[in-house]
Amino acid sequence: MGRYVARRLLQMIPVFVGSTFLLFFMVYALGDPVAAMFGDRAPDPATAAQIRRDLYLDQPLWKQYVHYMGQIFQGNFGTAFNGQSVTELMASAFPVTLRLTIVAVVIEMVVGIVLGVFSGLRRGRSIDTGVLLASLVVVSIPTFVSGYLLQFVFGVRWGWAAPSVAPEAPLNELLLPGLVLALVSLAYVTRLTRTSIAENTRADYVRTAIAKGLPRRRVISRHLLRNSLIPVVTFIGTDIGALMGGAIVTERIFNIHGVGYQLYQGILRQNSPTVVGFVTILVLVFLTANLLVDLLYAVLDPRIRYA
Amino acid sequence: MPEPYVPKEAIGHGDGGSAALAIGEAESLERRPGAAPPGAGPPAGPLGKPRSLWSDAWHDLRRNPVFVLSALVIVFLVVIAIWPQLIATGNPYRADLAKAQQGSQPGHPFGFDTQGRDVYTRVVYGARASITVGVCATAGAALLGSLLGGLAGFFGSWSDTLLSRLADIFFGIPVLLGGLVFLSVVTGTTVWPVVGFIVLLGWPQISRIARGSVVTAKQNDYVQAARALGAGNGRMLLRHIAPNAVAPVIVVATIALGTYIALEATLSYLGAGLKPPTVSWGIDISAASTYIRSAPHMLLWPAGALSITVLAFIMLGDAVRDALDPKLR
Amino acid sequence: MRRPGCAKWGAGALAVALVATACGGGSAGRSGVVSSSWGDPQNPLEPANTNEVQGGKVLDMLFRGLKRYDPKTGAAVNVLADRIETKDSQHYTVTLKPGWTFSNGEKVTAKSFVDAWNYGAQLRNKQKNAAFFQYIDGFDRVHPASGAATATTLSGLAVKDERTFTVALNQKFSSWPDTLGYTAFMPLPQAFFKDHAAWVDKPVGNGPYLVDSYDKGSVLRMRKWAKYPGADPARNGGVDLRVYTDNNTAYTDLQAGNLDLVDDVPAAQLTHVKQDLGGRYLNQPAGIIQTLTFPMYDKRWSRPGSDKVRRGLSMAIDRAQITQEIFQRTRTPATDWTSPVLGKAGGYQAGLCGAACVFDPARARQLIKEGGGLPGGRMTLTYNADTGSHKDWIDAICNSINRTLRDDRACVGAPVGTFADFRNKIAARTLTGPFRAGWQMDYPLIQNFLQPLYYSNGSANDGKFSNPHFDTLVNQANAATDSGAAVAKFQDAERILAQQMPSIPLWYQNGSGGYSERISNVSLNAFGVPVYNQIKVN
Repeated sequence: MGRYVARRLLQMIPVFVGSTFLLFFMVYALGDPVAAMFGDRAPDPATAAQIRRDLYLDQPLWKQYVHYMGQIFQGNFGTAFNGQSVTELMASAFPVTLRLTIVAVVIEMVVGIVLGVFSGLRRGRSIDTGVLLASLVVVSIPTFVSGYLLQFVFGVRWGWAAPSVAPEAPLNELLLPGLVLALVSLAYVTRLTRTSIAENTRADYVRTAIAKGLPRRRVISRHLLRNSLIPVVTFIGTDIGALMGGAIVTERIFNIHGVGYQLYQGILRQNSPTVVGFVTILVLVFLTANLLVDLLYAVLDPRIRYA
Repeated sequence: MPEPYVPKEAIGHGDGGSAALAIGEAESLERRPGAAPPGAGPPAGPLGKPRSLWSDAWHDLRRNPVFVLSALVIVFLVVIAIWPQLIATGNPYRADLAKAQQGSQPGHPFGFDTQGRDVYTRVVYGARASITVGVCATAGAALLGSLLGGLAGFFGSWSDTLLSRLADIFFGIPVLLGGLVFLSVVTGTTVWPVVGFIVLLGWPQISRIARGSVVTAKQNDYVQAARALGAGNGRMLLRHIAPNAVAPVIVVATIALGTYIALEATLSYLGAGLKPPTVSWGIDISAASTYIRSAPHMLLWPAGALSITVLAFIMLGDAVRDALDPKLR
Repeated sequence: MRRPGCAKWGAGALAVALVATACGGGSAGRSGVVSSSWGDPQNPLEPANTNEVQGGKVLDMLFRGLKRYDPKTGAAVNVLADRIETKDSQHYTVTLKPGWTFSNGEKVTAKSFVDAWNYGAQLRNKQKNAAFFQYIDGFDRVHPASGAATATTLSGLAVKDERTFTVALNQKFSSWPDTLGYTAFMPLPQAFFKDHAAWVDKPVGNGPYLVDSYDKGSVLRMRKWAKYPGADPARNGGVDLRVYTDNNTAYTDLQAGNLDLVDDVPAAQLTHVKQDLGGRYLNQPAGIIQTLTFPMYDKRWSRPGSDKVRRGLSMAIDRAQITQEIFQRTRTPATDWTSPVLGKAGGYQAGLCGAACVFDPARARQLIKEGGGLPGGRMTLTYNADTGSHKDWIDAICNSINRTLRDDRACVGAPVGTFADFRNKIAARTLTGPFRAGWQMDYPLIQNFLQPLYYSNGSANDGKFSNPHFDTLVNQANAATDSGAAVAKFQDAERILAQQMPSIPLWYQNGSGGYSERISNVSLNAFGVPVYNQIKVN
């Protein structure tokens, strides 16, 4: 077990290097960020050259990358073009997005698994069809549409929730954006749970458990659910990474100053320190989530062991 | 990486040759379910024996009303995508600003959009791009993902490590950044850059699911039994593991199809999606989204068309899955 | 490995986390304080480094310079300057009014200006507004086009005494004093030079507000400076500027009573803004003009006869209908290359463009045909898709052109993902068709609408238009000492644009805004920016 974890942690290093380089290359491929700093005017060449020199932009790509990585290992993530240190940006953005992600994951887990279990146990009945239709509608609406819609209905028409989130991002204000963020994944969780449950209800061990005379509730919670949750756990694990970084649209609509917002700004301004810095952390979060998922496998399925 | 606790003699690592065989077979296996022509006999595998699983599945499907209905809807959509002029005589580009945002009127059942174009005509013409993106991207991501994920899960060891970590690298890329880079480097107004980008982004998710279900399927007694009886890697994958592991992939892929069509819309919203003169539901939905209050019909119709398409594919996937799962028979 | 209770414990921990964090937050009291929408400024809030409107509006609250543009008329009036005198339009003597201080108590002296301008001009400070100091003597030594600087101060600036300094320009420039209301020319306290990092974190100026706290990228809280010595003190307790990435959200927040003021009503909300806000909706002309610039560097657009194609395209655009249907009259069809806010005396002349800016499909078709048609029969209109809602009007223009030419595919909009990429494509001259250009004036002078944009190698001459006759007329206008004569010369130059049509004037953009019932006395200035210090909280 310990050896396994150590090996996985070691494997993070090449992934880390690979993804930072890929990102660095992508931001680089977007082109020169300096021209945009001058708005609608052509940049004065002397000032532009000075800015490029100071930002290392006049160096070849690999040198920029080596320089950047050198800085990171000294704990310096660089400075955004508007003069803020990226570390500072992260300190303000990550807690906000983390809260948003927790809200979203809790919603998708609780609602998704409950709906999935019910429709899985009642395959083909009206509740199953209802859930199918509901999850379909949710999947087919792009986030930005459901975001604007819920924001208007709940935020303005009914006044149940604030249409945007204050800079402090308190949890109650994050419920609505959390719901919007959870909607698409919710459908995945529901359907995955339903499929697993439906499959496992006919498994021998469930029949055995029922034959033993165990109460239905215990069979479902102890035997059926545990074994059906493996694909669901995989999905939620991978989803955490995606939720933390992929909230660009939701954070934009609800004006949440989290990771998605900073990434959006960074990408539009082609600000490589911000983009690479944030995504580097996201990659680490994601890798850790994956590791935890694989460890959870073993908890949920006793047949899987790690050496 | 996970290494299942199984009797030592049962652990076998595939050599290069059998892995290549498995790749070819996995591909054919992925293509069969939805695309089997009516009345097709049991396809003969490289192992020479008729595969009763597939003919059984087809037998079931033909009698399943859900399958028949969704297949009809999909056939209809495909026909419309190829020949939109069959049911729409108008011109999707014809704009009359004087009619901007007007509602339904005779001859124009769905009303007009911000540019004064006929929404009905645009919904019909939009099917082509949106369905192409959805179907091709899903097919690509499902093939690539289940292939890589399945192999990683089956063989374990270093190939698992390598593929899983590769998936990790791709997972880290933010959609918007990837989209902007990909679409600013690859210029042109066709749908293929968008399809390619979605495949690139989508395969890791499917590969994780495929890997997970292969790891689970590998533990089953019948697989162990087959292994003990001396079945080769290719046969194991194809006959015993794939049919059992493919179900979650089909479920995720059919839902993914919907999200990919929706993703195309989101990319358009962020300025990195399909470009005019291409007509697509995504472009129209994103353009209409901020007009939700003043002209909801501009959003309703393309979004409704998208929903119906997604529903058809999910139901189809569901039916195929049920038919393929021997345990449910 | 078996630990059945684990999942339950995990769920419990999440619930605890929810409850624990749920107690945070809650908005601070905001009595007397106006909350307003804002966009994250691109650069640090240094005067000589702020070249866009979001940073500019903050500096306008934090600083007062020699001159200021009157919020109502746009005319440049003295604020800190007692008088700015010259005999030859090239050598100026500036005398300051007494009694001005920075909010940290430091006196505003001639040195505050000279040091600030030297700092702004110096190459190693890489200030983005450095070019605004280019008319001052010695600029080429402080800020050479290539190589290292050979001087650290502008030789044209000299402090005479505490309240007087002289400026020597390197050319005659009669309207130079009127440019001094621009943010680049603001004075700076010594604190700026002594502890630069601390100053940038919490800027100190001499305007009616002082910075209370600044959460970068999120919210800037400014409070009234009680001891402000000027004649225009804040009439509210302060202003909180809140960063929004989507102006639709800001508008929704205003409707929900979460925000007091939005200074940009998005196009999608225009149809119902009057119904939502009634009289609390502002829509008035601002010094912004939208144009389509032709790539004159591309032979296919600058060959002989293509001026007919360019004029024909201008006549193929139904400006009246687009401003009505897409913009709900928040834009006014343009008939010259300046802005109505200049006023007639300032150089605005309605109809200067003549028939070339009036929709006439038959004549347009004929002209384009005579000029040899569109290059290759097709054209693209390039725009950036990340800011503003450009797609709607670009598509509408293309549709108008396509209808005129009776060809569904003649014109198509070409979105570019980011503004940065858009600017790079323009700078690299890779665009082969017209592209959008929006020009917001730096100061309300006709010179600012013509020289940067159409003078050979002008700083914003993106299409690389070059016409010797135009350049001569602009030079003559700048040298003229009488402002009426100068304006006449500029208008003569503008008539060349009507002939050559290097860019199609589309419409004058209005400033728009909406506000809540909590506040009153809200107005927009000539730049379309709210006059924050006059807002009253009810």
